[in-house]
Amino acid sequence: MSLLVARGVRKTFAGIVALDDVDLEVEPGELVGLIGPNGAGKTTLFNCLLGITRPDRGSVGFAGRDLARMPVYRRARLGIGRTFQRVELFSGMTVRDHLLVAERARRGDGALWKDVLGLGRLRRDEVDRSERTLELLGLADVADRPIESLSLGRGRLVEVGRALMTEPRLLMLDEPSSGLDRSETDALVATLHQVHRERDIAIVLVEHDVDMVRGFVSRLYVMDFGRVIASGATTDVLGDELVRRAYLGGAAP
Amino acid sequence: MHDLISALLRGFPIGCVYGLVAVGVVLTYKTSGVFNLAFGAQAFVSAAVYFVLHVRDGWPIAPAFAVAVLVVAPVVGFVLDLALFRHLRSAPPIARHVVSIGLLVGIPAIVVLALHFGTSPAYGPRGIVPGGLVVYRFGEYAVSRDELTTIVVTFLAVGLLSALLRLTAAGLRMRAVVESPRMTELAGVNANRVGSLSWMLSGLFAGLAGVLLAPLFPQVSADNFFLLIVAAIAAAAFASLSSLPLALVGGLLLGLIGQLLATWLPTGSLLAQGLRPSFPFVALFVLLVFWPGLRRRRESTDPLAAVDPPPPQLAADVRSRELTLLTRALTVVAAGVGLWWVLAVANAFWLLLVTQAVILSIVFLSVTVITGMAGQISLAQAVFAAIGAFTTAQLANRFDVPLLVTVLAGAAIAAIVGALLALPAVRLGGIHLTLATLAFALFFENVLVKVDWIGGSAVPPRVARPVLGPIDFAGDRSFFFLSVAVLVVVGSLVMLVRAGTTGRFLRALGGSEVAAAAVGINPARARVTAFALSAAIAGLGGGLLAMQQGQANYQADFSVGAGLFWIVIVVTLGARTVEGAVQGGAALKLFPQALKAVGLSLTWQPVLFGLGALTFARHPEGIVEHGKRTSLAAVQRLLDRRTRT
Ligand SMILES: Nc1ncnc2c1ncn2[C@@H]1O[C@H](COP(=O)(O)OP(=O)(O)OP(=O)(O)O)[C@@H](O)[C@H]1O
Ligand SMILES: [Mg+2]
Repeated sequence: MSLLVARGVRKTFAGIVALDDVDLEVEPGELVGLIGPNGAGKTTLFNCLLGITRPDRGSVGFAGRDLARMPVYRRARLGIGRTFQRVELFSGMTVRDHLLVAERARRGDGALWKDVLGLGRLRRDEVDRSERTLELLGLADVADRPIESLSLGRGRLVEVGRALMTEPRLLMLDEPSSGLDRSETDALVATLHQVHRERDIAIVLVEHDVDMVRGFVSRLYVMDFGRVIASGATTDVLGDELVRRAYLGGAAP
Repeated sequence: MHDLISALLRGFPIGCVYGLVAVGVVLTYKTSGVFNLAFGAQAFVSAAVYFVLHVRDGWPIAPAFAVAVLVVAPVVGFVLDLALFRHLRSAPPIARHVVSIGLLVGIPAIVVLALHFGTSPAYGPRGIVPGGLVVYRFGEYAVSRDELTTIVVTFLAVGLLSALLRLTAAGLRMRAVVESPRMTELAGVNANRVGSLSWMLSGLFAGLAGVLLAPLFPQVSADNFFLLIVAAIAAAAFASLSSLPLALVGGLLLGLIGQLLATWLPTGSLLAQGLRPSFPFVALFVLLVFWPGLRRRRESTDPLAAVDPPPPQLAADVRSRELTLLTRALTVVAAGVGLWWVLAVANAFWLLLVTQAVILSIVFLSVTVITGMAGQISLAQAVFAAIGAFTTAQLANRFDVPLLVTVLAGAAIAAIVGALLALPAVRLGGIHLTLATLAFALFFENVLVKVDWIGGSAVPPRVARPVLGPIDFAGDRSFFFLSVAVLVVVGSLVMLVRAGTTGRFLRALGGSEVAAAAVGINPARARVTAFALSAAIAGLGGGLLAMQQGQANYQADFSVGAGLFWIVIVVTLGARTVEGAVQGGAALKLFPQALKAVGLSLTWQPVLFGLGALTFARHPEGIVEHGKRTSLAAVQRLLDRRTRT
């Protein structure tokens, strides 16, 4: 059974058709790419999948459940994690705090009475878990720095770490490599591979960096003007004439 | 039919004034992102100046009008923009709201001081035409000359404004900013010039509304203006805070419906007594919660806001171990000395004063929760305190419940009311939430307080002091200890919550709501929790205050105006820390004594704290926290140097 199924998702903004009957499927543990020129609707699709925007039409299902009308936080708790193209960080908090908040949210114990009884303070195992994620992403050296002091690229890594702390079954990454240099990108890819191997999470990757996509995903969707214009195995799709013309400007890949 | 038409005739001029104010509010909201809560205070400035010149000093109407409305009013708007709001364009919205609340508290006090309103009350304001009370009769209907003037002036002013917006180059630029501020900036329009112009124009509208409204009341007083501005805010909400013509229409509708209610509801019925005075507040609340245009609109935030410097870390988070020990030791010593002074030196007067300061510190911790932790401004905190006080009084008097139980019941009921209020309002966020709390607070003040089983009948209900087993808290000294104990408990509780899950979730929500939801935090639940906790703390403090005073006196201790002042004090001194709340309590009670000692009027208190709130824009952590951090850093440097050598 597919992990994520989106059928006929359509979204318009004041007459602009941002998504036009998009279908998308992701199997458990699968690595899927989503590419397309600027304004193709990739970010809008992510927003519809997580419930940040409500699609005009179409259905989204996750792990066999219909997500219609389910608020963002409940979808997140079902196991959908994501990062944001325009980074969304918790200003005023340290890097470690970002992970700790996500850890708390995963455990879901937000009851006030626990705080009042003093049970809301940090626990050893929470700190240990955040420590491991910090090391995994190479953020240990900046763990106690306020988030504002980080570069954009490392801010994206914090977003990845924050999403990982919630132990998602599906991780949606919106251009995680923009703002990273070549070696940082390679390190990120290696980390994602490792995470994927260890925890068997499915990943949907939105990227403009075709090399990164080619090296990472096994299946690829191509979008243009709100439609899926091609999908299939990565090598097939990237070789497709239509895709090359729409996305790669006709240049040989 | 006759009643209907005469009601419409009476409602129309009032609606015109509402419309004027609504147009002014929408104008500045659209061009500068400031929801100007101080608009009523601006109207009061012109009304007061006009009164002083025309009535008190006997100037003829024309020059008095020219100075009060055509000169003073736009200058006030210009100065506010130049000195304050211009610099807040990319500040977080909460900074703009705090500044406008500070002005709302500070400006009327300045006027009272500057025009000597305190010593000679301003009775008998007059309109802006001679013989304003002359009545014209059209068959069986009557309209006074003042009313006609109001209608004519309103349509003239709105007509001129539309002409200006449509026909002049400056108007075109302003309209462009109203449509899309970003686009206009990209097109190279000088946003500062457009801002100045719109603030002067809206100031002019405030001034006009002020002089037109003044004759409706026997006395020129800031409170009347504040209340009427609420109706106008409802009209602005009707216009979804964006359309100028709709703002005028909304004002007219509110004026007409208000008069129709007055006519149709049988006088004397509970509905009439309840609904008539509260109609503007109910309308505002309902519009805020249900009006679709508002629900879709998100608070205007500058995309550049994200690059603003983050709120500084609390001083407690950055100091070293030795320094922490040092400050702890100092705190203990200070508390010890304070206790010794209260026990050994203070007389009954000072003991009462200090006890009140302690209790108010408890109440102010509710602001620490809702503003310092949840980042929202609630103007209903005084009402939650009142709910605690009334519950304490009513349960004890009617059902003979032990007093310590009633205080806790008061906190619980305040929490329930707070949660019920927050449920529909909390997803609005920002200024809309603030306005909803204001509407609720005014509804409580004008309607619920008068209900027998809530606020009691004519006299404030009496409240005794509690007894706990063998300990009787009737004595002032033992009650002082009780208050201190409650303060310690509530203060520790606030610190626990801040360090716990709820505090973390709220901080994350303040940083990015969408990212917080994306890791599984339920934003509404976290905020409703904060609201309920804050209301409970306020209710607890209110109950204690009532026991201390021996009565639950709404007018003296819990009015909406008092609540505004509380917010201003706490936010100025420091809304993020427990110390901030304690210093707020001390300031509120001890500052007047200091003023008395140097022979200054008490009106200086709102002036100083109102202006103090303006520093929020620069030091959102509060001036005390700011001072503490600066001095701690200095001490830390000293320590570091010593250890190095
Ligand atoms: N909130 C919104 N309001 C109006 N239009 C929007 C909104 N969000 C997206 N759009 C429009 O929808 C279309 C798709 O945008 P989207 O951001 O999803 O594209 P994208 O594929 O993520 O592009 P990019 O590669 O630049 O990130 C664009 O035309 C965009 O202008
Ligand atoms: Mg995008």
